[in-house]
Parts: sequence; structure tokens; C-alpha cells
Amino acid sequence: MTTMTDPPGQGFRLSQLIYDTRYRSMTIQVVAMILLMLLFSWLVSNTIHNLQNLGKDFDFGFLSQPSGYDINQRLIEYNSQSTHGRAALVGIINTVLVAFLGCALATVLGVIAGVLRLSSNWLVSRLMAVYVEGFRNVPLLLWIVLIFALMTESTPAPSAFRGEDPDSTMLFDVIAITNRGVYIPAIHFGTPLFTNGFFNWLLVLIVLGASIFGIQRLRHWATEKQEATGVRPTTWYFILGLLVIPTAILMVLMGAFWDIPSLQGFNFGGGIHLRNSLIALWLALSLYTGAFIAEIVRGGILAVSKGQTEAAYALGLRPGTTMNLVILPQAMRVIIPPLISQFLNLTKNSSLAIAVGYMDVRSTLGGITINQTGRELEGMLLLGLFYLVLSLLISGAMNIYNSSVKLKER
Amino acid sequence: MKKTVILGALTVAGLAAGAASAATLDDVKARGNLNCGVSTGLTGFSAPDANGVWQGFDVAVCRAVAAAVLGDPMAVEFVPTTGQTRFTALASGEIDMLARNTTWTFSRDNDLKFEFVGVNYYDGQGFMIPKELGVSSAKELDGATVCIQTGTTTELNLADFFRVNNISYEPVPIETNAEAQQQYLAGACDVYTTDASGLAATRASFEAPGDHVILPEIISKEPLGPLVRHGDNEWGDIVRWTLNALIAAEEYGVTSANIGELSAAPGNNPEINRLLGTEGELGSMIGLEADWAQKAIMANGNYGEIFEKNIGENTPIGLSRGLNAQWTEGGLMYSPPFR
Repeated sequence: MTTMTDPPGQGFRLSQLIYDTRYRSMTIQVVAMILLMLLFSWLVSNTIHNLQNLGKDFDFGFLSQPSGYDINQRLIEYNSQSTHGRAALVGIINTVLVAFLGCALATVLGVIAGVLRLSSNWLVSRLMAVYVEGFRNVPLLLWIVLIFALMTESTPAPSAFRGEDPDSTMLFDVIAITNRGVYIPAIHFGTPLFTNGFFNWLLVLIVLGASIFGIQRLRHWATEKQEATGVRPTTWYFILGLLVIPTAILMVLMGAFWDIPSLQGFNFGGGIHLRNSLIALWLALSLYTGAFIAEIVRGGILAVSKGQTEAAYALGLRPGTTMNLVILPQAMRVIIPPLISQFLNLTKNSSLAIAVGYMDVRSTLGGITINQTGRELEGMLLLGLFYLVLSLLISGAMNIYNSSVKLKER
Repeated sequence: MKKTVILGALTVAGLAAGAASAATLDDVKARGNLNCGVSTGLTGFSAPDANGVWQGFDVAVCRAVAAAVLGDPMAVEFVPTTGQTRFTALASGEIDMLARNTTWTFSRDNDLKFEFVGVNYYDGQGFMIPKELGVSSAKELDGATVCIQTGTTTELNLADFFRVNNISYEPVPIETNAEAQQQYLAGACDVYTTDASGLAATRASFEAPGDHVILPEIISKEPLGPLVRHGDNEWGDIVRWTLNALIAAEEYGVTSANIGELSAAPGNNPEINRLLGTEGELGSMIGLEADWAQKAIMANGNYGEIFEKNIGENTPIGLSRGLNAQWTEGGLMYSPPFR
């Protein structure tokens, strides 16, 4: 039956590039690639051409010039003689700060609201529904501005705390809530081990971390003992002691004392000043993103089959224990991936800081620096690069966490 | 590949600058209106009135240019800009000129690549503070919270002033004058600082202007004036000489009342004749009609009339002429001759 065979090939013809299915897809890809590259080269050359027309060059030298402006919230040393690069760094730290605080609070709010929305208590579940729908369906910018306006308009000015019989008094005599922000007591060290305050706190954190590690070992030991003998040794006073005593000793060694805010001149001085811009941005970002996270958590919990709950109840577990030990660990696998997106959203939304004058990187590098130096293209490129790197970092960290909780198939 | 995509996407941002072509005059004529950048609202300088028509000292410059170029003072599209957006708007070609109490500085002229065509208000930076705080000098402001518009020269002057005097302050960055006013009145900042003229204009719009004082210190020189993009000299000349025409008109006594009569026929004063186009060829030299300056002056009157009507002593803002009087009256307003 092998009478018919293909005639011997006549070599490669150009028309095969289009008509021969073996080559066609390759042809299309190459053409598309060339067109794409042409588009990009046009974009780049157009930019260069226009920059030349405007008489501008492409230069990042401005980053080492003195900035000339002041920034109110700075976690690192900075003054108006510092460079634009330093100002950008101050902004970056402020962005990271509000993003971190926001992600933490949003997660807490979201998990609580998501779980409570499934509550069998009618009032509680409806209240949570109102929270979720209310925050999810109103633009974030409005919430930021609203919370900021509430904080500046409804709280007293520092001058209201002045005099023999002031109009306002400090909360518990240590916290001052004013229309310029909340002043809370701070811990300072009288005899610090390091001159740089950051290292002192790092040391405290390391000691605290070591204590917590010790507590975990202790618990582990208690569990092993329980499994071996059936009696769990009493450990709570050890745990409490481990948690408090080493840190306390270190604090006393470094001469820690409370720095309570007090009226000094125009404003409160001392303590930590949480500016209204930070509080408004933080609360609005957390409440807004928390509403989305609540829905993700609710979806994750609902994705766990009801049989799991029933089985847990049949084993005699209480509802709380069931949620913590059976439902949430399984729900986490569904919750984590969309949660990453919400964290990224929150981080990028923090650039709305400009609405309340919070000095994030968008306001320093992307705002004042660009305005004072006229380096729009360079500034915007740097800004885009920063948000890209930050988002990738968050995404990467969360992916590591995700792979630790995801279903392990053995 | 991924990197290329990102670079390309970012490049798009830079493309907006592409609109800025060389011949602004042709663009304006073809469009039939002038795009003029103004503030987002500063009473007396640029703010819409009850009918939504923009009025003010800076607005009048835009209208005069529109009248000179297009013959119609109302053919202006006003683009409100904040301290931060104004320069990008001008550099990108979104607006043809900027008249937004903008300070003429070396770096703006040379590094930002703009062309300041003159000064329409000589100003300086001042401080406003509630009377009840009992402050009489800016040097007593140690520790004060200061509202400051971001992206302005005042922001830099403020940093310099407090550093030089070795006193501390807490800046509250804000975007617009309206926002500053709200924050200041709510007591979220002790002091508001901007150009003294802006402070006077802001204070005039308060319910109780008498409760606020403007401190005596003027900590900077702020020559405010209209500006255009660098590189289009013809267009720059048109805006420059329109402003000069308004100033010269006051010097020569050409007012909106007598301009009809003066421009009907050549009079005795050759300077006025050349200005109004009844003699000589000045109009064609600048690429406009012979009566360009006449139209510009008819739009709002001469410089003095514009000043008195918008920010002068009989308005709520109540600024005296001071440095902004004609050079013949001991001020700094001085137009080169029309010859």
C-alpha cells in the first residue's frame, strides 16, 4: 500500500513562510516582534527628541543636590540642606511605614470582619455586611479626606490645653489628641548603649525575640512531657517571667524612662507625634482594604466543606477551636493568593497620601523634588521603579509564606 | 522583553512633552483661544466670580494677550493649576502661558527652561498668624506649625529663614490656597506663609479678617510674573510686550475711558501713537495687527486700572501700590520704550 509517497522536496521557498503551517506561527511572531520593537524605538527616540527640543538632558545628578525643603515626618536624619536623594529616602521610609502599618491593621480588621460576617448572630453579621459594603463601594480618596477632615475639625487645637482651667485635657494625663495629631508618650533611654537610637531598639527587639524563642522551647518541652506522662507541667509563670524579665533588665540597664508629651510653646513637645496625615491615611487604607480582605476571608472559609465543621463538632471540638484548628488552616490556602493582591493594592494606594499632605515618596521625590528641579521624566522613572521593586518584594515574601501553608501533597 | 515593556510604558509619560511645538502663536490662532494657566483660586489674582467668569489681576494679563492675539479678551481657556502641576502643564504644552503669581527665579528660568516675560507684581513672602497668639515678629515663631504650599519658592525660603535664624518649625504641606485657608482657620497650623499679596487676598476672604495679622517681616523677594516656554521667542515677545503695553499705557495716561478717542486718530504724543498703532509699524514687527496693543488695553484697562479694580486699596484685599507703582511715582514698574 505504499505506492504513493511525497515527491522529493524542492528546498525551501519563501511562500512557505505564510502557507506552510510549520513556519507560519514563527513568521507571525517575528513580524509582531519587529513591529513591537519599532514601536518602542519610536517611543524612545520621540522622548529623546522632545527632551532635546525642550533643551533638557537626561541626568540623575539632581539627586545629589541640596533639596532646600523641609519634611515634617522623618524617621532618619534629614534637614533642608540634605540632598534630594536623601529626601526621596525619607519619603520611601514613610511609604513603607504606612504600607506596613496599613497591611497589618487591614489583615486584622479583614479577618475579624470576614469571620464575624459568617456569624449566626443576625446583628453582628449584618453590621459586618454594612462595614464591608460601605467601605468597599466608596472611593478610597473620599475616606482619606473624610477621616482627615474629622480629625482636624473635631479635635481641639493645642492652645485649648493651655491655662488654669483648659477646655481640653489630656487622656489619662499622657495622651494628647489635637487637631495636629496625637501625641503619645515615648520611651527614651537615659544611659543608652549605642549613640544611634535605632541600634538600642534593635537590641531590645533581639532580646525580646530570644525570649519568645525560649518560650517556644518551653512549650515544646511541656508538650513532650504531656505526651510522655499525660500531665502538662504548669508553665505560665515561667512564660511570663521569660517574656518580661530579660527585656525589663535591659531597659533598666539603659535607663529607660517615659517621655510624656507636654505643651511647649505653640505645640506639644516630647513623646511621639502621630500626625493626622499619617493617622488618616493609615486608618482609611486599613478600613478600605480590610473590607476587601473580609470578603476574601469569608470566601476562603466558605470554600471549606461544611462536612469539616460537622466532623469537628462530632469529635467534640468547640466552635472557636474548630475555627482555629480546622477551618482557618484549610481556608488559608484559598485566602493567601488574593490577599497578596490586596497588600499590593494597599501599598500602591498609599500614594494617595498627597491628599492629606503625608510626605511619602510620591510627595517628596515625585512632588516637590520634581517641581523644584524640573526632572519629571527621571523622577517618575525612579518613582515607578521604586513601587515596582516594593511590590515585587511584598509579592515575593507573601509567595514564600504561601508555599509554606499550601496543600502539601505527599 | 519584560524590561522593554516597562521602559516603553514609562516613556509614554515623557511623550506628553511632544505637544510643545515651536510656533505657539500659530497654534493659538488655529485653535481660536488661548490656554492660560492660572491658580486654583486666589481672590483678586485669579478666581471665578459668581457667574463662573474668571476675574483677577493675573487673569487680566491672560485676557490682554488673548485680545492682542485674537482680538477677543474672552477667548481664553483658563486651566487651574496647583503649585506642583503648573510647570508640567506649561512644559507639556497643555497651556500656552502661565499667569499664576509665579516667582521669577534663576533656576526656573534656566534649569526648568521657561521664559519669564516680565514682572506684573513685586512681592515678598510674609506670615499670617491669629492675633490671639500675640506674636509680633516672625522670629518668635520657634516651634510653630506652618502651613505651606508645596512646590513653591516660599517653601524653600521658609526652610532657609528658619535655618538661618536657628529656630524650628513643623511644616504642614498643602496643595492649594483653599486647602491652606481651611487648615489655617481650623487651627491645624499656627501660621500661614505665602506671598504677602496672597496673604492679603486670603485674609480678605475670611469672616473676621481683623482677627489675623500679617507679620512685619518680609523674608524674600518674590517678583511675580507671567511666563512661557523657553525656545519660542516670537510668542515670548508677544506676551512680554503685551504686559509692557499695559504698563506703558498707565505711564502715558491711556485709560479705558480715553483709549477710543486716542486711537481714533494720531494725536500729539508720538509714543502713544506708536503704542496704539496709529503711527508706525510696531504691530507687524511683532506679527500682530497694528491695533494689537489697543485691543490689549481695551480688554481690562491699563496696568493701574487692573491693579485698582482687582487688588487695589478700594477692594477688600486693599493692597497699596508700593513697589508696584510706576517708576515716575517711585515704584518699579517700568516699560521699555515703544519705538
